[in-house]
This record gives sequence, C-alpha cells and structure tokens, in this order.
Amino acid sequence: MELNRRVFLKCIGAAGAGVAGAATDSTAVHAWESRAPADPLGCLVDLNRCIGCRKCEQACQTVNKLPQPEQPFDDLTVLDKKRRPDERAYTVVNRYYPGRRDERDQLVPTFVKVQCMHCQDPACASACIVGALTKKENGAVYYDISKCIGCRYCMVACPFEIPAYEYHNPVTPRVMKCTFCYERVENEGKLPGCVGICPVEAMTFGRRSNLLKIAKKRIESDPGSYVNHVYGEHEAGGTSWLYISGVPFDRVGFIQVPHRPLTELAETIQSSLFSYLWSPIVLFGMLGGIMRAFGGKSDRDINHKGEES
Amino acid sequence: MSANPQAIRAKFWTPGVLVMAFFMAAGAVTVLARFIGGIGYVSNLSTARPWGIWIGIDVASGVALAAGGFTTAFLAHILGRHYYEPVIRPALLTAMLGYTFVVLGLIVDIGRSWAIWKPLVYWNPHSVLFEVAMCVMFYLNVLYIEFLPILVEQFKGRVKMPGPLAALDGVAENLLGLADRILPRIMWFFIIAGVVLSCMHQSSLGSLMLIAPTKLHPLWYTPILPLLFLVSAVTVGYPMVVFETTLATASLKLDPEMKILSPLTRITIFLLGTYLALKIGDMVIRGTYVYLLDGTAQTNAFLVEMICGIIIPWIMLLSPAVRRSRRRLFIACALIVGGVLLNRINVFVVGYRPPVSENYYFPSISEMLITIGFISGLMFLYRFIATYLPVLNRPGQEVSA
Ligand code: SF4
Ligand code: SF4
Repeated sequence: MELNRRVFLKCIGAAGAGVAGAATDSTAVHAWESRAPADPLGCLVDLNRCIGCRKCEQACQTVNKLPQPEQPFDDLTVLDKKRRPDERAYTVVNRYYPGRRDERDQLVPTFVKVQCMHCQDPACASACIVGALTKKENGAVYYDISKCIGCRYCMVACPFEIPAYEYHNPVTPRVMKCTFCYERVENEGKLPGCVGICPVEAMTFGRRSNLLKIAKKRIESDPGSYVNHVYGEHEAGGTSWLYISGVPFDRVGFIQVPHRPLTELAETIQSSLFSYLWSPIVLFGMLGGIMRAFGGKSDRDINHKGEES
Repeated sequence: MSANPQAIRAKFWTPGVLVMAFFMAAGAVTVLARFIGGIGYVSNLSTARPWGIWIGIDVASGVALAAGGFTTAFLAHILGRHYYEPVIRPALLTAMLGYTFVVLGLIVDIGRSWAIWKPLVYWNPHSVLFEVAMCVMFYLNVLYIEFLPILVEQFKGRVKMPGPLAALDGVAENLLGLADRILPRIMWFFIIAGVVLSCMHQSSLGSLMLIAPTKLHPLWYTPILPLLFLVSAVTVGYPMVVFETTLATASLKLDPEMKILSPLTRITIFLLGTYLALKIGDMVIRGTYVYLLDGTAQTNAFLVEMICGIIIPWIMLLSPAVRRSRRRLFIACALIVGGVLLNRINVFVVGYRPPVSENYYFPSISEMLITIGFISGLMFLYRFIATYLPVLNRPGQEVSA
C-alpha cells in the first residue's frame, strides 16, 4: 500500500502549494471595500424626547398599508410588553424603566422606537441569495419582492434581528421590514411616515453626516442629560438610523454589535476564495493532471491482497 | 478485483420497507399541510429563528453526508484505485439521492417554493448562499449524469415499454445506444467537475454562518469554519460509505465486503485526526475553551460532538482489530457520521443564539415528521433502485479478474 500513501501525499502537497500561492495573490488584489453610499439620508432618534405616544406606529401602519394591530394604537398598555417589529408592524415603541427618577422620586420611563437600522453595509443585502435587498443611494435598504425566494438568509444575517417573515402565507410570503418609506422619500419628496407625525420631534430626518453633527452638538451642550455615545455611528459599520440617549444603551434594549461591517469577513473570505473562479479552475486543472497521471492506469494488476498491510 | 454490480431483485415489500412507507406517508401529509397553511402552520420558526432542522438536517447534513459520492469518485476515477470500484455505485446512489432530497427539503423550506429558479436569473455574487445554490444545482446534474451509465447498462438492448408506449422502444434504444457511445468519452469531465463543485460548496456551507458573528456561539464561530466544513465532509465520505454499505448489505443479506471497507477507513485515521487537530487548535487559539465547563446546552452539544463524534471513533480506528471487525468498524463509522451530523445541527440550530430575543427553538412534531419522511423516502428509493438496477456488488459471483 506504499503507492497509495505516496500518491496521496503528492496530491495534497501539490494542492496545498497551489492553493497557498493563489490565495496570497488574490487577497492582495481584493482588499475588502465598503459599498456604502457616501452621504445617505438618515434619521436621528432622541430617546430623551420620545413620549411613547405610538403615533409613529400608527403612521407607519397607514402609509405602508399594514394590517390593523390587535390592540388599537391609543392603547398604551402594550408598552409594558417588550415587543419586536414583526410581519404586521415595521416599527414598535417599547417602554423601559432604566432606573432614573424624577423630583418626586418616581421612576422615569424611557421609550425606544425600534425598526430596521438601514445599515450602511447591510448584512441582509450582502447575504440575500438573489440580491432582493439593496442599499439605495438615499440610505434605504430596499426590498424587491419580485426577486425574493424566501430563503430567509437575510434574517439569519441581520445582527439586529429585524426582518420578519409572513410565515402563515403558504404561497407568496414576504420578508417584512421597515422600508424607510423609500418611495415616499425618493419619488414624492415627503418625510417617512413616522418622522412626519411625531408631535415632539423625537426624530430628525436628514443627511447622515449632518445628523451626526446635530447628535454630537446635543450631547456636548447638555452632557448631563446624555450618555456620550451615538448608537449607529459605528455599530455594524454605521447605520442610517442613529440614536442618542440619556441612559446607557444596554439598559434600554440595545445590543452590542461589532463596529466593523458584518459583511467584511464573509465577503473577504468568499472573494479571496472564488473571485474569477480561480480556485475551481486551479483545482480542476490539478485534478485533471492527477487523473491523467494515475486514473488512466489500472491498478487491477497490482497484486492487492485486500488486507491490512 | 473487479466490480460486479447487479440488481438485487430481492423481495421488495419487507416489514422495514412498510415502516418507511408509513413515515413517507406521514411526511407527505405534513408537506401538504405546509403548502396549505404555510410554514408557520407546521413549524416553530420565527423572526428570531428563521432556520430550523430543515436547514440543519435536511440541507446542511444532507450535503455533508452525501460526501461519499465525490470522495469515492476521486479515489477510484481520479487516483485510479479501481480496487475500490465496488463501493462507487452505492456511494454515487447515496449522493444522488442525498442531493435530490436536499433540493426537495429546500423546496419545503423556502417561502416561495415556486421561485426556486430565480437565483439562476438574479445573481448576487457577494452572497455565500448564492454560490452554494449554484454548486448544488450543477452538482446534482453531474450526479444524474454520472448515474446514467447504470441505466444504460440495465436497459440497453432490453427496452420493453408497456402498451402503446412500445412504439417508442426503438427511439429509447437509439438514445441509450448514443449515451453508451458518448458517455465514456466525456465522463472524465463530469467526474472532475463533481469533485471541484463539491469542494466549493462543502466549504461554502460553512461560510454561510460567517456573516452572523453575534449569533453563532463562539465554540463554532471561527473564520476557518469553511475549512472545517470541507475537512469534515471529506472525512465523513468513506465512513459514510461503510455505514450505508453495511446497512444495505445487512438488510439485503449480502456480503459486506470487509476487504474493501477496511482499507478504505485507513485514510480516515489521518483525515479525522486532521479534523480533530484543527478543531482543537482553533479552540486553543481563540481561547474558546473557557466555555467548555459552563454547562449550557451549547457546550454540552459541543462536547458530545467532539468526544463521541471525533475522539472515540478516532481511537477506535487506530486499532487494526476494529477495522477488521465488521461490527466494530460499523460502530466507529456510525459515530463519525453522527459526529458530522451533530456538527451541522450545532452550527445551524443549537449554536444559533439570537442576541436580542434569545428565543428558544425546538422543532415541532410536524417539522420532524417532514424530516423523517424525507429520510425514509431516501432509504426507500435507495432500496428500490438497488433492487432493480445494478448498483450493489455481488461478490458471491465475482468474476475472477
Ligand atoms: S438592520 Fe438588519 S434588516 Fe435593517 S439594514 Fe441592517 S441588516 Fe438589513
Ligand atoms: S428571504 Fe428573500 S430577501 Fe431574504 S435573503 Fe432570501 S431571497 Fe433575499
């Protein structure tokens, strides 16, 4: 069985050398690059302002023609439950009691509006098998239902657990998530539904670079009322939705997310392995060579005892 | 020694086959329910847990455990080890059926089953899943082509279709004759392509989770996940051949051909050892051993995967006595197969922890019925094809070559 081993080692050696050589070549050429728009629109949410009236939820339901909720929008008891956006609602507001008290020693609530963050380098869009999700120039992460096959890889990829699915539709289910009112903003020049209706201007709509300036100015001019962190400036490589808050973010339901785009590692590995299909072509050539060298010959005549040697 | 595959023509409807048929029927009813009521009607999937056992078992494990197809093709056709030819056809049949059921599983799992062709038109080259889908699709066709000679061998010169179809006998004969002339000349291309496509998507299946670093438990999340998936798929190839050949020959009362299966698993010692070294090295380098004793479900699943699925069978295989014993070799190989199966379930289901909702998922009865139904269907077809087509070897009537 000596032959076996020798042949095998030779092949492994050749394969290893080939792969190593080609891999170093191509990683050098294809450093990962962000495909984020330079200065997209965005939205800054000031948690110190939000009063939890749920008007934004209602506006969202109306402009996006979503189904009526089980409990009406003026029923504020739902705030006690920690809700998540789902296939019936793109956005929800939750109430937290992070421990702040007012003059009369009453706990002060903090309200948090949740929706798709419209990441700068969205994991969902990088993952989508057919490219049904795309980051638009104006900042929206747009969903094109006509391409979607319903594999739900976008849901696996999203670090904020945002996309929901119409699991109860047997034939034509959709991925459901905030659209940033893409058509309203892009074609009609209007504000997103939620932003337009907010009675206390908890949300500011505008260029992301501007919003960052505004956010930092608010924090600087009143450092006692804000924690020094703009959530979304760096999270997941940056998002179009930004938040500032008077209490630490981890106490009001925000999770820690890597500051590099989540797409970076997966895309780097994928493209260094497969760009221009170099690896399959190299492998094909190598296997072809091996097959020529050994495959044609029959080892039928070699005397195999067929036992362990 | 030359291969002498023959149709088995044993009695088909044995009690075991009836049990399979029962589970297939139960699975079929559940699939019907899925297409009437939707995925949500039959499964426990949610926003936080979009992938369950249909992806973890039917798709990811199905692909991994079909690796016997390309690993034996590599051995016999590319390295020219014709000695192993008797196991090629059973392994090819397993791979062909395995990938067929992977696609069937996907059809049930994706929300818009009728849109399954869309990745052919809408490409997203950044998507790992896109690459996996393309490879699986091409490879499935390669497998069908690799299987064609078996059909030709069985039916050439013997086409007799029933009733009015008899008029087409001549056409069919001509097609078979054509295939017989062309296939041997182009087969080398498909054999190499099959190995290349397999290496690509076996590894990319591991890359799928790289985009979810906050969701996959650190015991499994590593940048070398694609390498681990590739190595484990290559490793499980031959043990899977031993596992299914032993099962098939036992239930069809044939000789298990230990003189082929034993040497086949010697390379497994090296491969499994490499896999083990990679897993442990990765754990040490990333310092994830700190989780090992925290008693969570994830950690326990990881320990079972490592100890029962890799370390124990590796030690077993080191002993030549184990490799010669039909029963003990079967146990060792079954452990390896179980270990890779558990690894895929761990990566896609157990180790998946949604960071916001920390939602708990356990598959519903219906999800399990569909998965079990598919596995039964696969075994049923395997037996059916082995009964009527020349797949399994008949060493009893071996031609002395
Ligand atoms: S928050 Fe999730 S769904 Fe929204 S853009 Fe980012 S990755 Fe996509
Ligand atoms: S479910 Fe649709 S949008 Fe999401 S990744 Fe799959 S094809 Fe893309």
